Order: sequence, then C-alpha cells, then structure tokens
Amino acid sequence: MNRSTIDLWVGIFVVLGLGALLFLALKVGNLGSFSTSETYLVQARFANIGGLKVRAPIKSAGVVVGRVSDIRFDNETYEALVSMDLDAYYQFPRDTTAKILTSGILGEQYIGLEAGGDGVMLKGGDRVRLTQSAVVLENLISQFLFNKAAESKEPAK
Amino acid sequence: MQQLEHLREHARGRLERIGNVVTSQVWRLGFASRFLFYLVVHSGTALRRFRLTLKEIYFAGVLSLIIILVSGLFVGMVLALQGYETLQRFGASESLGVLVALSLVRELGPVVAGLLFASRAGSAITAEIGLMKATEQISAMEMMAVDPIARVVAPRFWGGVISMPLLAALFSAMGIFGGYLVGVQLIGVDAGAFWSQMQAAVDVRNDILNGVIKSVVFGIAVTWISVFEGYDAVPTAEGVSRATTRTVVTSSLAILALDFALTALMFTGGNNQ
Repeated sequence: MNRSTIDLWVGIFVVLGLGALLFLALKVGNLGSFSTSETYLVQARFANIGGLKVRAPIKSAGVVVGRVSDIRFDNETYEALVSMDLDAYYQFPRDTTAKILTSGILGEQYIGLEAGGDGVMLKGGDRVRLTQSAVVLENLISQFLFNKAAESKEPAK
Repeated sequence: MQQLEHLREHARGRLERIGNVVTSQVWRLGFASRFLFYLVVHSGTALRRFRLTLKEIYFAGVLSLIIILVSGLFVGMVLALQGYETLQRFGASESLGVLVALSLVRELGPVVAGLLFASRAGSAITAEIGLMKATEQISAMEMMAVDPIARVVAPRFWGGVISMPLLAALFSAMGIFGGYLVGVQLIGVDAGAFWSQMQAAVDVRNDILNGVIKSVVFGIAVTWISVFEGYDAVPTAEGVSRATTRTVVTSSLAILALDFALTALMFTGGNNQ
C-alpha cells in the first residue's frame, strides 16, 4: 500500500470521526437551538423551588422561551432567588406570573410564565413579582389528611 | 530456639519480597512518567514529519474502524432492546432515546471504545515496538544517532491519542443509530419522541463534551501504556508476549479506574452546579 492511499484512508477516518462528533452535538445534543440567540436576565423569588435545577427550561404556553441560569438562597428574606435567561425575541408584560410546574407526574420541574395585561414589558434586570412555589407532595398529602380528619369529626358531634 | 530463628528469617524474606515488588513497581511508574515527559518533549519530529504520525493513525485508527463500528451498532441495538423491556413497564418507552443516548455518550462510548482500542491497537503497538527492540532495530537506530523515541515511539503515541476520541465518537454515533434501528424501526417507538426527548435530555457541555474529555484521557492512558510496555519489554520472544498481555490488562484496568474517577468528578455535584 503506497502512501497516498494511506492519506486517503486517514482523511476518510478523520472526516467520519468529526462527522460523528457533529452528529452527536447537533442531532443528539441539539446544540444551536438556544445558545446563539440573545437573552435578557430576569429574577424571581420563590418560597419553595422544589426540585428546580439550573438549566431547567422556562416555558410559556408550552413553548421553551428561556433557561434557568442561577439559583441561590436569599439570606434576608429566606426565599430562593432564581435567575432566568429569557430569549430576547420573547417579551413579557411586567405583571407576568412565574410558577414552578412539573411536566407529567414524575417529570422534571420547569418554570411556567403566564403573561399578564400590563402594557410595560419586562426588561433585563427586572424582577417578576407574582410567583407561585412548587407543590410539595408531603404538604399536599398532610393538607388532604387534615381535611379528611376535620370532615369525619363533624358528623360525630 | 533455632526454629524461632528460622521462622523469623522466613518472615523477613517474605517481607523483603513484598517490599521489592512495591519498590520495583513504583520505580517503573517513575520511569514511565519520565518516559512520557521525554516523549512529549521530543515529539517535534513526529509533528514536523506528519507523514509518520499519519501512518500510525492509519494503523491505530482506520484499521480499528470495522470493530468499533460493528460493536457500537450491536451495543446500541442491545441497549434499545433491554431498555425497552424495562421502560415499557413504567409506560415510559418514549424515553428510550434518552436512555440509549445518555448511556452511550457518557459511559459506554468512551469506555467500550477504549477497551476495544486497547486490545486492537494497543497490543499491536506494544508488540511492534517490543519486536523492534528484540531484533535490535532500536539499538541500531541509536547507533546511527537517530533518537528511537522521537522516530518510533512518538508517532505511535500521537497516532493513538488522535485516533481514540474519533473512534469513541464514532462508537457513540453508531450505537445511537443502532438504538434507533431497533427502537423505532423494529419495536415501533415513535420516531419524533425518540429524537426530541433525546435532544431535550442530552446536554452538549455536560454530556457530550465530558464524554469527549473521557475518550481523550483514555486515549492518552492506553497509548502511553502501550508504547511504554513495548519500549520496556524484555527483548525476547517471551518478554514481548508478556509485555503485550500486560498492555491489555493494565490498559483495561486503567480505563475502568480512570472512568470511575472522571465520572465522580464530572457527574456528581453536577445536579445543582
């Protein structure tokens, strides 16, 4: 085998390998769907974020409009401070509500935005004032049990 | 009294032997590190005369293509079959794409490709360099004032280091294709859900880039072990065969141990970042 054939094969090999990497990045990892567009940062306080994680999606009407960029604990208000990177293409009114929701029963948690009616739009650095915390299953169950207990007491009287 | 003396002598002999083994292993590790350092410093020739490295990429990479592609395809197909069996019990068979892609990109791609690479290419490198040493080609080069590490070892090292990440990426891509074949074409999972759930769950930086870093580390480890074992082989037929066996065993263990360490570094604590 002479050298030019080796060159050709190595070339094919490198092209195949880089093609596989490109396939992994574009088709499997879906790069480029959100990393190139411009974003603006909006913050929100939640009493409880449940299992929300950094890079969780932010959806409005089911469409992904941004990602959670940072989660930290506020030592003064004892609340969670969530930073959200929203796509600059999407604008939301100032009285938008941010809720922490769960996709499916066992799915991951995301932030749902519900647009309000204000004429003024949110801009970079603003805070979303209306928030709703994650539903904690234990609280829900204990509430349900208390209600049941209260109901069963009344006919006994 | 004499018996006690004998026993003590015996115990000391055994301790000495253990100490000898440990010392010689540490000595070998130190020599191997110095060898790697020398190799990297003197790899100018391998990079300037890139033809030399190109030929080694051909031997280590191109000739490993068939085994990597076929194994990747079958590993992906088995993953899809087994994963579907479990996932459908929870009514989550649409997550098959996530399961196949994440296990391949994070773990199986780099690790299995690394193991195959060690046994297919690593052993060949060791045998080749060991035989060159046994037939005194290495000493002949030294005699002609040609540095055998720069001329023989460095191109093989870089050839392996360049080939390994490409092979691991091909393995993962082929595996995902195999998973698609079995999951979507054979079992009938919805194609849209298969790809879209995969794209939603696989992160380019956290999963794919970390997988590539793993394969680069494995590539360096396997090729380093291979060239060192070949260069350090006892120059006899038996010595070369032993060195080849040691290459495969040590590389496999190194890959698995490094994989644990890298996974612990990359994927734990990544939950909250």
